[in-house]
Amino acid sequence: MATSSPRSFEHDAARPERGARARADLLEGFQRWRLAWVLARTDITHRYRGSVLGPLWVTISTAVMLISLGFLYAKLFQIEVGVYLPWLAVSLIIWAMIGQAVTEACATITSAEGVVRQMPLPYSVHALRTVFRNAVVAAHNLPLIVVVFLIFGVSPGWGALWAIPGLILLAINVFWGSLLLGLLCARFRDIPPIVASVMQIAFFLTPVIWKPELIEGAQVYLPLNPFFAVMETMRGPIMGTGASATVWIAAIVYTGIVWAVSQAFFTRFRNRVAFWV
Amino acid sequence: MARIEAEGLAIEYPLYHHNARSLKRRLMGATPRRLKEDPSHRVVVAALRNLTFTIERGERVALIGPNGAGKSTLLRTVAGIYEPVAGRLRVEGEIGSLIDPGAGMEALATGRENIVLRGLYRGMSEAEAEAMAEEVVAFADLGEFIDVQIRGYSAGMQVRLAFALATAMMPEILLMDEWFLAGDAEFMARAEERLKQLVTGADILMLATHDMAVVRRWCTRAIRIEGGVILQDGTVDEVLGPA
Repeated sequence: MATSSPRSFEHDAARPERGARARADLLEGFQRWRLAWVLARTDITHRYRGSVLGPLWVTISTAVMLISLGFLYAKLFQIEVGVYLPWLAVSLIIWAMIGQAVTEACATITSAEGVVRQMPLPYSVHALRTVFRNAVVAAHNLPLIVVVFLIFGVSPGWGALWAIPGLILLAINVFWGSLLLGLLCARFRDIPPIVASVMQIAFFLTPVIWKPELIEGAQVYLPLNPFFAVMETMRGPIMGTGASATVWIAAIVYTGIVWAVSQAFFTRFRNRVAFWV
Repeated sequence: MARIEAEGLAIEYPLYHHNARSLKRRLMGATPRRLKEDPSHRVVVAALRNLTFTIERGERVALIGPNGAGKSTLLRTVAGIYEPVAGRLRVEGEIGSLIDPGAGMEALATGRENIVLRGLYRGMSEAEAEAMAEEVVAFADLGEFIDVQIRGYSAGMQVRLAFALATAMMPEILLMDEWFLAGDAEFMARAEERLKQLVTGADILMLATHDMAVVRRWCTRAIRIEGGVILQDGTVDEVLGPA
């Protein structure tokens, strides 16, 4: 039976070859994306095993949140519901994607503890699993935007397709973020609660429920917030206004930083991960 | 061709998730042999120290020694999970490991789903994995339980499934910890039959165990480890004394 599991290997403490091994891990991980995909699918079916509506619960809870917040905040901000609600729908759904991905990124390695200690598998497979799992959840939520747009008669036009490069940027961030946070959280078990509270604060500091126009003057500083930049590359195009060049540059720079830091950390500490879980 | 070659192999296991400071203070007083401070002032367990050995194809090696001797750590290192802090390890051949029966199993998935999943973990395509599932189902002989979530399995049933899985891959090097001895007598007889086939295929078996009867029956060589170092290495009769 043909398998591509490691046939032979050599570990020499005198020549750790960290860079080459990290690159080999990434290459093999991407070659085995099918495994990551099956694992992600298994995660989703298990999360909802025995439930009648299954993953639709994600859509329903987002819809309920949207309706309740939509009417309240339209009143508070004195914006017309027909204008505010579609915008809030896009914001909340994109934020849910980002927030959930960051939270789950922390458990990338620790939740696969059994596998990590049992067989040598590229760690990048676990990061891909997080990416795919979040993509499946997002696929349940994104259609809600279409529904809200149809109800309120909003048409973003073809410019909305620019949201696709934005989504790709997010996916790159989730992959490298999962690798970095996954490793960090395996080593330092205090990080997941810290990340959770940071995300809570970020939710209020980022224009998710409030529109950027509401802070006149300070608006130019918003791209300093990485969450805003990454979010706006999707929200702008979907709302039909597009995203400014500043936002795109900021989002690309932040993605580059996450990538560089994550790859450096991964290269340095990859061979220690098995001792951390 | 299967071969394992270790030279001056050392594994140090950092102790992270506990109060390292109070432990360090205690280490100052005593003269510990296995717990020590590494150059960056972390408390580490010297799990394996300066191991040198070569295992050639066709050898069935028993790892014996008291609890905490480093047997399981050595198995994990040979499996490629732990990387050494010193020394060199070269492993040639495809590895099958039975180190922890539950590891890599999804408790909420059925036995059959787990078999397919394990096939994918080992790099098979979905079609290959499903073909293998038939063979594993036959050997594990779990009857209708194969389509039940494995969290409903008894310990013995889990062992049968794990054993069937690990050996179905026909690895060239089989690494086993002794938990698999939890099977019932009838299963053990079939397991022995299967291992014989595996080993006559000129491969390597590395088995960590406390059961000397198993060592005498299944192994050709014994390595006695204690405190992370090799005390004795030779034929079973040399190490255990004549039966």
